[in-house]
Amino acid sequence: MENTSFVRTEMLPETEPPRSTTGVLGWIRDNLFNGVLNSILTILSLAFIYYLLSMLLPWSISPTWGAKSLNECREILGATGREHGGACWGVINERWSQILYGFYPEELRWRPTLTFFLLFVAMIPILFNMISRRMNWLLLVLVLFGASFAVENSALMVVVKIVLGLSLAYLAYTVVKTDRDDRAEQIKEGAKRLPNPLYFTAIYVFLMPWLLWGGSIWSPVAAALGFLVGWLAFRLLAPIAGNLASLILAVIAAGVWWLLLIGPFTGLMNGLAPIGLIPVESRLFGGMLLSLTIGVVAIAASLPLGIVLALGRKSDLLIVKWLSVGFIEFIRGVPLITLLFVASMLLNIFMPPGTDFDIILRVIIMATLFASAYMAEVVRGGLAALPTGQYEAADALGLDYWKAQRLVIMPQALKISIPGIVSTFIGLFKDTTLVSIIGLLDPIGLSSTIRADLAWNGIVWELYGFIALLFFIFTFLMSRYSMYLERRLRTDHS
Amino acid sequence: MKKSVFLGALTVAGMVAGSAAAATLDDVKARGTLNCGVSTGLPGFSSADESGHWEGFDVAVCRAVAAAVLGDPEAVEFVPTTGKTRFTALASGEIDLLARNTTWTLSRDVDLKFEFVGVNYYDGQGFLVPKELGVTSAKELDGATVCIQTGTTTELNLADFFRANNISYEPVPIETNTEARQQYIAGACDAYTTDASGLAASRATFEDPTAHVILPEIISKEPLGPLVRHGDNAWGDIARWTLNALIAAEEYGITSTNIDEMLAGTDNPEINRILGTEGNLGEMLGLDADWAVRAIKAGGNYGEIFAKNIGEDTTIGLARGLNAQWKDGGILYSMPFR
Amino acid sequence: MTTMTDPHRESFRLSMLLYDSRYRSMTIQIVALIGFLTLIGWLFNNTAQNLADLGKEPSFRFLGEAAGYDINQMLVEYNNQDTHLRAAFVGVLNTLLVAVLGCLAATIVGVLIGVLRLSNNWIVSRLMTIYVEMFRNVPVLLWIVFTMAVLIETLPAPRDFRGDDPSATMYLWDTVAFTNRGFYIPEPLFTRSLGDIHLFGDAMLRFNLSLDLIAIASTLLAGILISGLFKKRADRVQEATGLRPKTWYWRLGVVFLPTIAVLMILGLNWGHPELKGFNFQGGTYMRNSLIALWLALSLYTAAFIAEIVRGGILAISKGQTEAAAALGLRNRRIMSLVILPQALRVIIPPLISQYLNLTKNSSLAIAVGYMDLTGTLMGITANQTGRELETVLIGMLIYLTISLAISAVMNAYNNRVKLRER
Repeated sequence: MENTSFVRTEMLPETEPPRSTTGVLGWIRDNLFNGVLNSILTILSLAFIYYLLSMLLPWSISPTWGAKSLNECREILGATGREHGGACWGVINERWSQILYGFYPEELRWRPTLTFFLLFVAMIPILFNMISRRMNWLLLVLVLFGASFAVENSALMVVVKIVLGLSLAYLAYTVVKTDRDDRAEQIKEGAKRLPNPLYFTAIYVFLMPWLLWGGSIWSPVAAALGFLVGWLAFRLLAPIAGNLASLILAVIAAGVWWLLLIGPFTGLMNGLAPIGLIPVESRLFGGMLLSLTIGVVAIAASLPLGIVLALGRKSDLLIVKWLSVGFIEFIRGVPLITLLFVASMLLNIFMPPGTDFDIILRVIIMATLFASAYMAEVVRGGLAALPTGQYEAADALGLDYWKAQRLVIMPQALKISIPGIVSTFIGLFKDTTLVSIIGLLDPIGLSSTIRADLAWNGIVWELYGFIALLFFIFTFLMSRYSMYLERRLRTDHS
Repeated sequence: MKKSVFLGALTVAGMVAGSAAAATLDDVKARGTLNCGVSTGLPGFSSADESGHWEGFDVAVCRAVAAAVLGDPEAVEFVPTTGKTRFTALASGEIDLLARNTTWTLSRDVDLKFEFVGVNYYDGQGFLVPKELGVTSAKELDGATVCIQTGTTTELNLADFFRANNISYEPVPIETNTEARQQYIAGACDAYTTDASGLAASRATFEDPTAHVILPEIISKEPLGPLVRHGDNAWGDIARWTLNALIAAEEYGITSTNIDEMLAGTDNPEINRILGTEGNLGEMLGLDADWAVRAIKAGGNYGEIFAKNIGEDTTIGLARGLNAQWKDGGILYSMPFR
Repeated sequence: MTTMTDPHRESFRLSMLLYDSRYRSMTIQIVALIGFLTLIGWLFNNTAQNLADLGKEPSFRFLGEAAGYDINQMLVEYNNQDTHLRAAFVGVLNTLLVAVLGCLAATIVGVLIGVLRLSNNWIVSRLMTIYVEMFRNVPVLLWIVFTMAVLIETLPAPRDFRGDDPSATMYLWDTVAFTNRGFYIPEPLFTRSLGDIHLFGDAMLRFNLSLDLIAIASTLLAGILISGLFKKRADRVQEATGLRPKTWYWRLGVVFLPTIAVLMILGLNWGHPELKGFNFQGGTYMRNSLIALWLALSLYTAAFIAEIVRGGILAISKGQTEAAAALGLRNRRIMSLVILPQALRVIIPPLISQYLNLTKNSSLAIAVGYMDLTGTLMGITANQTGRELETVLIGMLIYLTISLAISAVMNAYNNRVKLRER
């Protein structure tokens, strides 16, 4: 029997892949035309893109940046002989700063700008942990140094500038000279660490309102001192009266400070050292400044409230639980606009006769309540995502409820919740545009004020487009950040 | 005393401002500014320029009152209000004076508890239509789509008018004048109805104002005037007599240019009383003697304010009509200064 | 023998309220309750005093007074002599209308976009990504006013249809007109109509129910039920014999033939819109405020739903697809039998909150003048009567009821499809 089977004994040389599957052509074939349906979709999409661009591009490329009124735009466009008209960018040129700052006095606009950049510096230690302390302080000094140029020159400012410049140079020098590992080495050998940047975050909470609204520096200082008073009271009383009682007493002490002593204190300090910024009325706030102020303040204030509500909702205490659930479900069940109606029409009626809150403060209060219900749900999600083992471990260590929350549960749960918190913030930030319905001048409200101006009567797309772009930039960056965080926090390796 | 310190939402203290209960005048003086509610934007009546400086016919009333009370026509915080928010803003004490083309009606006076201090513009609700429709009377608007600005008496008048004439229409309620203009220009409504002054103001801003006509029917009386809260008569008096001073100034020929000459003394005792060179009217109001001088200097007398903001030489181009002095065939009539 | 001794009975001390865990929870709860009641009492007290100072005693009597204003889009008949309560009812129905339309459209568009975003066609998936990012990152209020502006500025006015050489024309053989006031589409008319039944007499909730509609709907429903029986039979046969009898023509027949017959009996014909006077007359009319709101809300929400759908599909592990493929299922069957049922469980809970968001966002109707609950009760009624407290309170309660009802229904559905864990 003859074996006819044939076995190749040497490898064939590798051949090039067919031309149609490699390079640009291959990519196009694989990704755009792999099948009848896909080909049709591709062609439709291309047609759609072409249609859109052929409308938008000629419209938006329009030499009207310098125009001072809509009529001037029309003249410019008429002179170029364009049939279908074009955008009138003059309105953006003239009013962009108004859309950003509202009616905030022009010469004081460095203050909100500084506040905005400082916000980043203050947020970094919370949101990022890949940046070193030195870098964080460096950034802070950099921002302050930059801001010092916006303030009008005086002898004091020159000194401040020199000090800031020198410390900036020194910090930059140390950062360049020693890298992270060297620094870790130094610290091990006993070099002093820079203070935790979170201190600045804490200061920022009081700095922000002062920078934005101005007034005497002693008011925020006095408000901050309230916390110090409470802390001192706690430290002094704890050895005598026990933890719980001294905590209660500390809260009372702080309350007494805030409600009774703060007035005399600020009065006294103002008499001794009248330092302050020019006050700016809330109603001058407008545009993106207003949106950001409402959004940031409401989110910051809603976080503690949200945590309490979330704990309340998970609590075994029946009454506490039902109160929390009732509040959360009520707020989540009604549209924000109704809450804003309450802010604009009813909140003053709910307060003791004669109280008169600023409308922006009223809106911030309602936005805070609104956000806190959503925040509670986010935190609850974070708590639920925590493995039960963590609770049991905390119990096993003999920690009481608050210690367990503070040391074991919350740090982890909040970390998991950060993407959710950022999403809540994005949602709230977008929803701040609703204040235009109750007559506040956020970007959308301003757009109708601008359109009421005789010069710009009849402008539509340019303003909406610009405002949409502003919001897009902010929220897109934030959502990207939130996604990045989610990826980093994901610990499963699927 | 009113002390308003803002410390941010996190700081508990300082959030509560003092009392705003009784004496608005004291509040205003302590604050150093007058909080005045105006429309969010109506060409000629109130609008803000790019630096946030407000101007207009209604705005001028605020400035005159601020000048009379505080001595500075710029010491006004303008609070833009919508048709929806204006009354609550006034009732809650957020603003001291509302000068936002608001119609004086019984229910607002009595039920909503406001006090109208006078009329600064006699108006009536009319219709604006494009000429090409060929409509000459509002009664021909059967089946038409009509744009209305909400939050005013406009929608009630409109419903009454069409019901009385037994014709149908389709209402398009719109929040702001700007939006209404946009819809009307684009042809999304056949007619636009609001106060005739507002119609004229809007028409003036059209690309081709001559292509639109205001129909002869005026379907309602709309006496527009500034208003204050019930219950603080001293404050109401100041607002009322500031307005009267502006009107009387025109009647007696006191203008912002010749007022300094007249201060030297005139033969007319009424003029002297207004200007405070005779009598003690200012003191009775709780102000000083020069209050009316400052009010008139702020923006001129009624006629000057009218001419500068909405008169025939402006783009708004309103004739005086009913708003002429009673001597000139109008119904503008200042109560005597005595 | 041991004697049992009772545990030492501590006498009650005041500090035990704080330090003894048996009493502490009680203490905290009572303190919380007292605090809450004090807060409520304080608010009530302030409100009462403030209202008394303003001379506006809370009263709901205004609801019975004539509203005096007209509403342009309504599902039930209403005129300006009806009461404020009736106007509010019209508003509630308008809110529900736009919410239902919006949820439907948002789901369809959202699912489509979500699936297309996973497409292996590069350009399509990129386009869909752009869509999602564009809509998600811009405030919905801006989208609403923008859509409204697009409708107003780009569509022709009714006057453009007029004249010998009109600059605008109707579509689909002169049966559909897109104008900047709204869309006019043909309406079904019945020559042998059964008429209406009037429910609730003269009461506030009165409305007319078309018997024609009932007849058609019930026929269609019966058809679908019977078709379900056919499917069940086919399943039984398939299980018994392994062969599935062809029944689709039967099933189509039972669903549609009786319905068509009913329509013929009723004498269906179409009423076309025609330009008469200032406006188009006849046909069904959807105001552009409704369309703008509907479009903007559904496109905006669709972007979120697309992400939910995409996330849901991606959450199903690849092994499921491969296992199904190994069983020999085709792509379509894999999707419908394996992936979707599992993905739905991931998708539905967030979908519910999107529906809720859409319903709540519909309150922004006020920005385009659509007369929903915010526009009627909390808008013109509040403004004309000066009853802000009462109207906002009623409005909030109605929204709360709607929201709770939606979550209840959707949660019930969710419980049905939820994986039964054992």
